[in-house]
Amino acid sequence: MESIAFIVLSILALASALVVVLPVVRNAVVCALALAVNLICVAGFFFLLQAQFIGFLQIIVYAGAIMVLILFVLMLLNVHDERHLGSSGFFQRYLGPLLAVGFVALLVTSLVASLQGAEFPRAGAAYGTVATLGQELFTRFFYPFEAISLLLVVAMIGAVLLAKRRL
Amino acid sequence: MLISPVAVSLYKVLIIVNVLMGGVAGMTWVERRLSAVIQYRLGPNRVGPFGLLQPIADGIKFMMKEEVVPAEANKLIFTLAPALSLVTAMCAFSVVPFGPTVELFGREIALVIVNVDGGILVALAATSLGVYGIVMAGWSSNSKYSLMGGLRASAQMISYELALLLSLIGVVLVSGTLRPVEIVAQQAGWFWNWNVFGGWQLLGFVIFVVAGYAETNRLPFDMPEAESELVAGYHTEYSAMKFSMFFMAEYINMITVSALAVTLFLGGYQLGFPVPFSGWPLWMLQILAFVGKLAVFLFVFVWVRWTLPRFRYDQLMALGWKGLLPLALANLMFTALLVALDVIKR
Repeated sequence: MESIAFIVLSILALASALVVVLPVVRNAVVCALALAVNLICVAGFFFLLQAQFIGFLQIIVYAGAIMVLILFVLMLLNVHDERHLGSSGFFQRYLGPLLAVGFVALLVTSLVASLQGAEFPRAGAAYGTVATLGQELFTRFFYPFEAISLLLVVAMIGAVLLAKRRL
Repeated sequence: MLISPVAVSLYKVLIIVNVLMGGVAGMTWVERRLSAVIQYRLGPNRVGPFGLLQPIADGIKFMMKEEVVPAEANKLIFTLAPALSLVTAMCAFSVVPFGPTVELFGREIALVIVNVDGGILVALAATSLGVYGIVMAGWSSNSKYSLMGGLRASAQMISYELALLLSLIGVVLVSGTLRPVEIVAQQAGWFWNWNVFGGWQLLGFVIFVVAGYAETNRLPFDMPEAESELVAGYHTEYSAMKFSMFFMAEYINMITVSALAVTLFLGGYQLGFPVPFSGWPLWMLQILAFVGKLAVFLFVFVWVRWTLPRFRYDQLMALGWKGLLPLALANLMFTALLVALDVIKR
């Protein structure tokens, strides 16, 4: 049952990710919608890993809020045809792919290195519940958690300041 | 086989979907008759006694009509949008307990489709995905009225989602759980145990209801389909059954928001007073109590729609960001203080 769900989700996630980046669909809004499907698939992976809370947050925050805002901008710009926005210039044409390949190589090597000799204990029933996560966040990870919230506030105020010089 | 756990879940889904659809049909009749009463006219009274068969006539009409798809529309997304609206609207209802755990055919059956850790989040996730149906409809129709309607809807729903979420956190703080089943179980006994009274959540309840009206795009917040400015907003280009699916989604959203308000603030299926009997008479009565509370909410939804005028768009945004959001934050602080000082004990 779990592996069937995993396979279906993987195929959907890969397909939607390919729709986003491959030049088959030349429509920014359709690409954004495919990205939303991809994000929901990732939430599905979280559910399979018994991390329900993070899965729900993935849907509410990423698929439900951030992607909608991106869609909002795309719809307002109303970009119908993107062909004339194709890659141009030395950096985009040659350095871009090189950097991408380098990044993938880095990811693969670090994954392989970290997987060697690693053990995967089965997660308990309480793993990934709201209670467990909250307990960890407010005890063990209290200072990092507060630091991140401070960083977010700073980012928010900064964005408002940059966008609206005169309030 | 016929009563294996999976089969029982399927029966529950089947029953809920059908009841919701029946509720939608009933609500269209109530809406039209009640608006007629409010406006001092008769309303539909020709089909069947009191016009009760009018929803069936409407349904047949929607199915027989010609489906028009604009030539320049994005066909795939245009077709997907109404289905997405309807499905996400229904998903949110899956975590609402409509009765206690009952004994039927020699086995315990919980009268809720899913009881997961973080159940409230399921409802919120479903409603936050509901925006996509409207945005997709607005964009794919390739018409400026639809686009403006879709943009307004997404801005409005994102803005009011914040107040909605924050007003819920008060209830979560008081009950210490995200499972709707447990939240309802804690509100047993007399009605002063309900979260709105015993949990000191009156302000949270008011914020939730106001934000709920905005989330469902109902008057006085029906900016996305303001007829006088946008023709019909995001569903301007839709016809026949596709249009009717948006309509059904709106009504199911109304039912879901009402059900969530009843569950989280007004004791869910709890009667509000102790009764001397138990067993099947009790749970039958409790299901009736749930439906009764829901009916009151839906009545108010209709009443408000035909009584209040529409907000202007900037007023709507000001109310959301400058009114409801600070109020919800204040409510959260107040509740946290009460919980920390042990005023509220659960």
